[in-house]
Amino acid sequence: MTLLSTRGLSKHFAGLRAVENVDFDLPEGEVRALIGPNGAGKTTLVGMICGRITPSAGRIAFDRADITALPAHRRIRRGMAYTFQITSVFARLPARENVALAARRRLRGAEADAVVHEALDRVGLLDRIDQEAGDLSYGHQRLLEIAMGLAQAPRLLILDEPTQGLSESEIAGFTALLRDLAGRTTVLLIEHNMSVVMETADRVTVLDYGAVLAEGTPAEIHENAAVQAAYLGTG
Amino acid sequence: MSATRRSLALHGGLIALLFALQFVLPDYHHGNLARIMVLASYAVGYNILFGYTGLLSLGHALFFAAGMYGMGLTIQHLGFTPAPALVAGLVTGIVVSAGLALLALRTSGVAFMIVTLMFAQAGYLTILYFGEYTRGDEGFVIQQAERVLWGIDLSDPTNRYFAALILFAICLMACLHLVQRPFGKTLVAIRENEERVRMLGYDTFAHKLGAMIVSGTISATAGAVYGLLFGYVGASFASVQYSIFPLLWVLLGGAGTVLGPFIGTLFMFYLIDFSSGITTAYMLIAGVALVVLTLFAPQGLTGELRRRLWRWLP
Repeated sequence: MTLLSTRGLSKHFAGLRAVENVDFDLPEGEVRALIGPNGAGKTTLVGMICGRITPSAGRIAFDRADITALPAHRRIRRGMAYTFQITSVFARLPARENVALAARRRLRGAEADAVVHEALDRVGLLDRIDQEAGDLSYGHQRLLEIAMGLAQAPRLLILDEPTQGLSESEIAGFTALLRDLAGRTTVLLIEHNMSVVMETADRVTVLDYGAVLAEGTPAEIHENAAVQAAYLGTG
Repeated sequence: MSATRRSLALHGGLIALLFALQFVLPDYHHGNLARIMVLASYAVGYNILFGYTGLLSLGHALFFAAGMYGMGLTIQHLGFTPAPALVAGLVTGIVVSAGLALLALRTSGVAFMIVTLMFAQAGYLTILYFGEYTRGDEGFVIQQAERVLWGIDLSDPTNRYFAALILFAICLMACLHLVQRPFGKTLVAIRENEERVRMLGYDTFAHKLGAMIVSGTISATAGAVYGLLFGYVGASFASVQYSIFPLLWVLLGGAGTVLGPFIGTLFMFYLIDFSSGITTAYMLIAGVALVVLTLFAPQGLTGELRRRLWRWLP
């Protein structure tokens, strides 16, 4: 079943065509990587999907319902979760409260506590549960973002460059976590680290100049001449 | 002892202390404290919007006056007794705060400050415009006979003190309860990072609307009780000065702390009282004290206490 699909999705910023006519389908249970050079329109596309950015044209359907007109919070309630590219945790609140805010939208009391502990445990931050989020290292704040995503138990988890700024060992931990999620949660992953993409994604969509350049398995994309040209330049 | 119990003990302790003080305070301070408790209730209401939700309103005098006039005009012109008049003040507060919230929450930041300020000025001018009913700047007195609630004469200092204490206790405990509930915690999160809260699936507009109605209604209730206890309703309570007061009290006492509004109101009241005993330029002394406090305790008195000693303070 297709969980998420877009038809003719476009965004123009005063003449700049950030995203142009994108048709995109994401089947339930798949881990999909979205890659492309800087400025290819990845964050804009995802921003339109989760409701942070209003599209100039096109439709978005989630779980067979048209959500194009829904405000962001209503889309999130339908089962999306979005982790920010630029770390956006509640810096003056403890890690526990950060994740609890994510959990409390659907759970209360002891149930919410259990989810908070589990989410922090899965990203390896349980020992920092009472630390203020702003005092955590950058890498740990990235992981806290991911824990906030997990605590929502989403049907579609959108991760915008989650491994940016993580150490090698943290990336390995993140890759393992993503593999563990695969099959249960649909994941849309914007990622620059190609080894993470190769190890975790079922399929890869390549975006270039706001349009879909190629789509296929990681191996296919790896071999694709057009993709190599887009990344390396044609000289 | 858990943080919840400790804070319950602390805030309950303050109320018990205020109760006990009634029996030992000299007349002058006794009267002052009754006034401070009602004004602190106003500040508690302001703090819910400013301190916890992070919305800086410059128009809370509109709510304070809405409650005061909702109470006073119904006594004056409709012959209400105090109990239904207080209810009228409270209902006026709900209606006015919901109306202003729906308009002002379309804006944010500086625009929100200006919109609230302008509506409060419009409210003030409306009171002057309908001077035939409101008696404008001059205001009107609520006679002693009209201030008897369930057989209790509220113009009697002891009764007045207890009425003020009851109001303050309710507001303080309601605020404490609110900020420990998920709703209150979401308000704090909105203050810290509204966009993130929205992207966690919360309707931030509905939360801010709720916060503004609760805040405005508490402020209006304080206004209604103030008019009833001190027997006077006047347009000066709707002026911009009464919008700035709660901001100062809350900033000094500690924005986003439950005790802050009371500490701030108490401090400022006695600061002015003390300095006016020394010189006629008392605002100069008060001003210097405020500058020093802002420099060395930017989070307010209770805020500093929380930062340095009691991290569990709600």
